[in-house]
Amino acid sequence: MRELLQIIFDALSLGSLYALGALGIALIFGVMRLVNFAHGDFIAFCVFAMLWPSIDAAAVVFAGQLPFYLLIPLLLLTGAALSILSEIVVFRRFRNANPATMMIASFALGFVIRHLLLMLFSSRPKSITLWPSLGLPVEFLGAHIPMLQVVTIIITLAVLVILVLFLKRTRYGLEMRAAADNFTMARMLGVRANGVILLAFAISGMLAAAIGLILATNSGTADIGMGANVMLIAFIATVIGGLGSIPGAVAAGFLIGAASVVFQATLPHDARVFRDAFVYGAVIVVLLVRPQGLFAPKSAKQRV
Amino acid sequence: MSQRPSVIRQTIVTPIVLIVALLIMAALSYQFGSRAFNRTVVEMFINIMVVVGLYVFVGNSGLLSFGHISFMCLGAYMTAWLTIPPVMKSITLKGLPAWLLHTQLPMWVATPISGIFAALFALIVGRVIMRLSGIAASIATFGLLGVINNVYSNWDSVTGGQGSIVGIPPTMNVWTGWIGGAVAIAIAYLYSISRSGLALRATRDEAVAASASGIDIVRERLIAFVVSAFIIGLAGALYAHFLSIVNPGAFYLRTTFITLSMLVVGGMYSLSGAVSGVVAISVLIELFRDLEKGISLGGHTVGLPNGVQEIAIGIITIVILMYLPTGLTRNREFSWRRWPLQRRLPRPVQTALKELH
Repeated sequence: MRELLQIIFDALSLGSLYALGALGIALIFGVMRLVNFAHGDFIAFCVFAMLWPSIDAAAVVFAGQLPFYLLIPLLLLTGAALSILSEIVVFRRFRNANPATMMIASFALGFVIRHLLLMLFSSRPKSITLWPSLGLPVEFLGAHIPMLQVVTIIITLAVLVILVLFLKRTRYGLEMRAAADNFTMARMLGVRANGVILLAFAISGMLAAAIGLILATNSGTADIGMGANVMLIAFIATVIGGLGSIPGAVAAGFLIGAASVVFQATLPHDARVFRDAFVYGAVIVVLLVRPQGLFAPKSAKQRV
Repeated sequence: MSQRPSVIRQTIVTPIVLIVALLIMAALSYQFGSRAFNRTVVEMFINIMVVVGLYVFVGNSGLLSFGHISFMCLGAYMTAWLTIPPVMKSITLKGLPAWLLHTQLPMWVATPISGIFAALFALIVGRVIMRLSGIAASIATFGLLGVINNVYSNWDSVTGGQGSIVGIPPTMNVWTGWIGGAVAIAIAYLYSISRSGLALRATRDEAVAASASGIDIVRERLIAFVVSAFIIGLAGALYAHFLSIVNPGAFYLRTTFITLSMLVVGGMYSLSGAVSGVVAISVLIELFRDLEKGISLGGHTVGLPNGVQEIAIGIITIVILMYLPTGLTRNREFSWRRWPLQRRLPRPVQTALKELH
């Protein structure tokens, strides 16, 4: 029972991380048909924004020293700003390009950001301590759950609730859903394209910052490649959730998180390092059965 | 003479021009280049193989693949398993099956086997990935890259894990590099004038009409995927023989990006574009490498900080995509008929193309 509870919390917190990542990618894909390969580097950028540029082994903590009520909004703003900036400078010019071109452009942008970070911070992972009290376990029905896991799950649920309310109850949310469903038609009915796209990029950037914060608190290190892993799984989540479906992406994020934790707990010891390969294997099985994804939206069908 | 000259007669000039151009480069560098320069040229030839392999799939199908570098990884490790002397293998790679542990093949045998291994693997995973719609397929190939990297960097007893495997016979020089490039170009050319290549380009340009004409999109895409995996598997094997060490980090995001940007810079949809993109970016990389090393100006060495190379290539790729989305060659092939690069097309087609761009 105790172990089961532990597994459930592990699965939920890992799934939360993947769901937040998938959400950030699905939002932009919805309004612009852009698969944002730079998302992982947005995450890394937000983590490194807490440090002062230096190539020494010891990290010079800069913004990371701020109290949390200043640090969190600052980091969210950083993520949103980077995301919006990349839209204005790069992606705006690819509005009518084909998906392959947009993908390479975003891949190139991610590459530039990654190597900018490498140049400023060197490739060595740096230790960064944020809120060590969150690492302490709390007792819950006899199981010891790290506080951070509980916080992660609560934050994710809060983000999801706020986002659902935003999408369903506000004018901007309605516009965004309309744009995700049929962009051209939405524009004809008076939805401002630039506004909706900028909003989607801002939210996506904030989600990247949130993931960065959680990852940094959890691992205690800042590493250039830390965003890429989450991004890869988030991509897979958007595919098996059904490209273009926002609830599908979130659900699939949680599913993959759960699958990873279950594999981690049940695989024999030697095979554990290949956990990710097993997860992708499961994904392939899902895709064999449903190539269009688990929750394919109606709008994804190709119209002739 | 018949009304329509054969496809080969119309298009054979392109691969010949490309292969002869590469031969001239190989001869010049063999004759005049330093050792280091020769190595750069070999690396360029290997990159040409990779990018031409990418072109076979990306150029003909219009789908982007981020996973082809994993075929390079498969080819490189396969040739490492086959050519490292058994004495060394039994120390570093204990987990290999006995028959593999005791074989040692010459490079000329091991390289095609590596290509076939990569192609077989592509056939298996391709059957799943090619069923997905365009964008989802691209993302899935990215997943493939992740899986292969994960497996090869963790399966310590067979791949040596994160570290490098040493002891692959270093048998590459500019001539073997040139042969590799020429073989890649020839295969890519033969594929693109084949029935399957034509059908695949039809699905790229107009998917609905193509499938209405009875083309099985999944099947044609799979064929191109396997052919391109074969070429890239060969390239991976030659790369292993070039460096004489392999490690999984060499076959991940950086190589994926550099090769894709070579393809984009040259022009995604043409063979000439693939080759000229590699040449252009290789020259740039070499230039920035020198700049990073530093130029001496009156006793002081002024160098760019490390990493400027990658940032510059990234920015150049984005700028090319913005202003020249069809690349340096405008997706046209080299031919004699009208220099520069204009293939003779019937009038109405030319007008239509003008309206399109």
